[in-house]
Amino acid sequence: MLNSTRPTRRARRAVAATAGVATLALALTACGGSGDSGDDASADGKITLTVATFNQFGYTDELLASYTEDHPNVTVKQVTAATSEDARNNLTTKLAAGGEGLADVEGIEVDWLPELMTYPDLFEDLTDSSLDGRWVDWKVQQATTPDGKLIGYGTDIGPEAICYRSDLFKKAGLPTDRKKVAELLGGDDATWQDYFDLGKKFVAKSDSAWFDGAVPTYQGMVNQLEGAYEDPATGEPKDLKTNQDVKDLYDQVLTASVDDDLSAGLEQWGEDWQAGFQNDAWATMLCPPWMTASIEQYAGGVDGWDVADVFPGGGGNWGGSFLTVPASGKNTAAAKELAAWLTSPETQEQAYKNANTFPSQLDAQASEAVQSSTNDFFNDAPVGPIFSTRAQAIEGAPFKGKNYFAIHQAVQNALNRVDLNGDDAEKSWQGALDEYASLGL
Amino acid sequence: MAVLSPTQPTHRRGSSEPRPTRRVGFSQRLGRWDVKVSPYLYISPFFILFALTGLFPLGYTAFVSMHEWNLLGGQGAFVGLQNYSDVLAQPMFWKTLVNTFSIFLLSTVPQVILAITIAALLDQNLRAATFWRMGVLIPYVVAPVAVSMIFGRMFADNYGLINELLGLVGIDPVGWHSDRLASHVAIATMVNFRWTGYNALIFLAAMQAVPRELYEAAVIDGAGRARQFFSVTVPQIRATIIFVVITSTIGGLQIFDEVRMYDPYGLGGPDRDWMTTVVYLYDVAWGNQKNFGRASAVAWLLFLLIIVIGMINFLITRRISTSGPKGPKVSRRHTRRLLAEARAGARAGAPATAAAPAAPRAAPPSFPPPDAHDQPTDPTNHREDRR
Repeated sequence: MLNSTRPTRRARRAVAATAGVATLALALTACGGSGDSGDDASADGKITLTVATFNQFGYTDELLASYTEDHPNVTVKQVTAATSEDARNNLTTKLAAGGEGLADVEGIEVDWLPELMTYPDLFEDLTDSSLDGRWVDWKVQQATTPDGKLIGYGTDIGPEAICYRSDLFKKAGLPTDRKKVAELLGGDDATWQDYFDLGKKFVAKSDSAWFDGAVPTYQGMVNQLEGAYEDPATGEPKDLKTNQDVKDLYDQVLTASVDDDLSAGLEQWGEDWQAGFQNDAWATMLCPPWMTASIEQYAGGVDGWDVADVFPGGGGNWGGSFLTVPASGKNTAAAKELAAWLTSPETQEQAYKNANTFPSQLDAQASEAVQSSTNDFFNDAPVGPIFSTRAQAIEGAPFKGKNYFAIHQAVQNALNRVDLNGDDAEKSWQGALDEYASLGL
Repeated sequence: MAVLSPTQPTHRRGSSEPRPTRRVGFSQRLGRWDVKVSPYLYISPFFILFALTGLFPLGYTAFVSMHEWNLLGGQGAFVGLQNYSDVLAQPMFWKTLVNTFSIFLLSTVPQVILAITIAALLDQNLRAATFWRMGVLIPYVVAPVAVSMIFGRMFADNYGLINELLGLVGIDPVGWHSDRLASHVAIATMVNFRWTGYNALIFLAAMQAVPRELYEAAVIDGAGRARQFFSVTVPQIRATIIFVVITSTIGGLQIFDEVRMYDPYGLGGPDRDWMTTVVYLYDVAWGNQKNFGRASAVAWLLFLLIIVIGMINFLITRRISTSGPKGPKVSRRHTRRLLAEARAGARAGAPATAAAPAAPRAAPPSFPPPDAHDQPTDPTNHREDRR
């Protein structure tokens, strides 16, 4: 002690104060230094790899432990975010901060890609010729940058089919068998007009609407355009004012929704939409495999949901995820190997069994686990084969540049103003043009 | 952290240790430092934390707002005030400001009036007073997101509880998500539900401190309940009213959770009918644009706006609650001058007792401060210093 002989009261107080400040300083620096990501190689060469996922990727602890059996030096740890939005905020914020604290393997959603691919250097190039032909072509295309860099390995996909209420179909005098419904909607050559025409017949004899809302329907339509809002060659945004393709779809879907009264006018995931399942608000909806889980959740106790192996205008994909390897990681080579293993057909088959994530891998789609799977809530529909066929029907991935979602949102808002609030369609389109202008592209 | 001033005296004292001859002088100097520096040292943790978590972000936001700045891309070119003019030129920014004000007025005004009424009721002699007082605080304990989810369900357009109830009494369903004003009322309701009880408790605490003699005097003068409330209670809790109005103004201009949870996208609906400025800021920064430059400009504009409104608020509240019949009162400036004189006198009179100037400030606030003895007949002076 400094003044051990006879510390005065004041001196003691000063010491106490100093100690207090020192403690505070310690606490603050301790906070700053806690960015332990746990991926440091220890002396014996053993490493821990973290995999960051969200919602349900279908990776159980046993599945991850089996990786250690083959790779004794690697322990795999999974971090799961509650929602994809949480995961996205975490990823973008940490990428912006230089990558500190990111997992070795980061799961991402297909919709984040346009933004992330603007900065491809933040991710490892995962190109590997030995993996050619593992995935459906368009899945690889989605995660490939214009100069040929692959930033993510595909996990699951969302090939869309049509889910429908057979009980409401019956009441309206329509066939209920899923094969007949598919034929009625046009079979392999189904068009959106076929879909809307059948809807007109249905609503004439039913109190329910044909589909839930204009926006989800439009989403299915716009995803079939090669480059909806941007020029695929240059990535430059197309002026919305002169974008006739988009305007035509806008007019078509609103004519069906409002003039023909096919839409229930509900916003997807809203309270009314959720309640609508129990209130027979609509009879059909576009549904990727993951949507069947949501339908089952909200429509519990409602009999009659079924899936028809058909989709208007060809195929369509909605959603799906990838595994990426951030370039800032310390063990990127090992992480890449792990990502390749996690997205192998065998692992994805397991993941499908665990969490019903529909695999993007051709071999996994052809596997017994997928081909034999049925869904008892959907009248025992053979969902495995149906969604496999739907995945084959998809011709390519539409181009989505960095401004895709900003422009898409402007159009979505315009559709909702008409579909939900009853505004005039032309006036609302003008609103979309204003919103486009304010983006300053 | 290590360069903080307190380490200095310790160090010097350490080096002085082997020279006991100077020890007396040092301990004297130390004593002076102790008196002068220690109080600041004791409150320094707050200010250090504030500088780290408040002041630095504020300055850094100003720095970001002068640059092109993408969330992922980071810092771009210096653009001066371009982001500010861009933001001011956006019709959406002005629309969100109107929304913010509308929701703010619909929440703060009824909230303060309701809170003060509830507090006045709770201030009466009730049975099981603690039960009722705790009862009004329950909504505050509920997490805002939970409140928003429950209210979101109640305010659903087609299958919501409130529209069902309105239907029972023959009123047409209200478009809680399609009518602009209706959506503002719905969001203001959530805010009021959460904050009214909290403010009521603050008012109640202030009311409990009002000297009961004033009421006795008022009763003798023939004042009824209402007159007592407006002529005794309200002027006496003036400071608390100012406090509550300012805090609820700041809160009211920053409504976020309720809007985010009100519909599935949380961005104020297709026409941005109920998007507040804070949500707009969030959308610009973390939405599709990822434009941190513009978002920081929005943040600063909002900050300046809150300061301006806070000032206006302060002036209005001051005027309202000081008017009305009152006994002679001593202004705060007068009190401060008296304090200063007393301090100067003390310093001139007794320079050796350095601790003297700190005494008036150190006195516990619940006791009458020393200078109150100068005017023992004036009760308002006492109130002035309680703050």
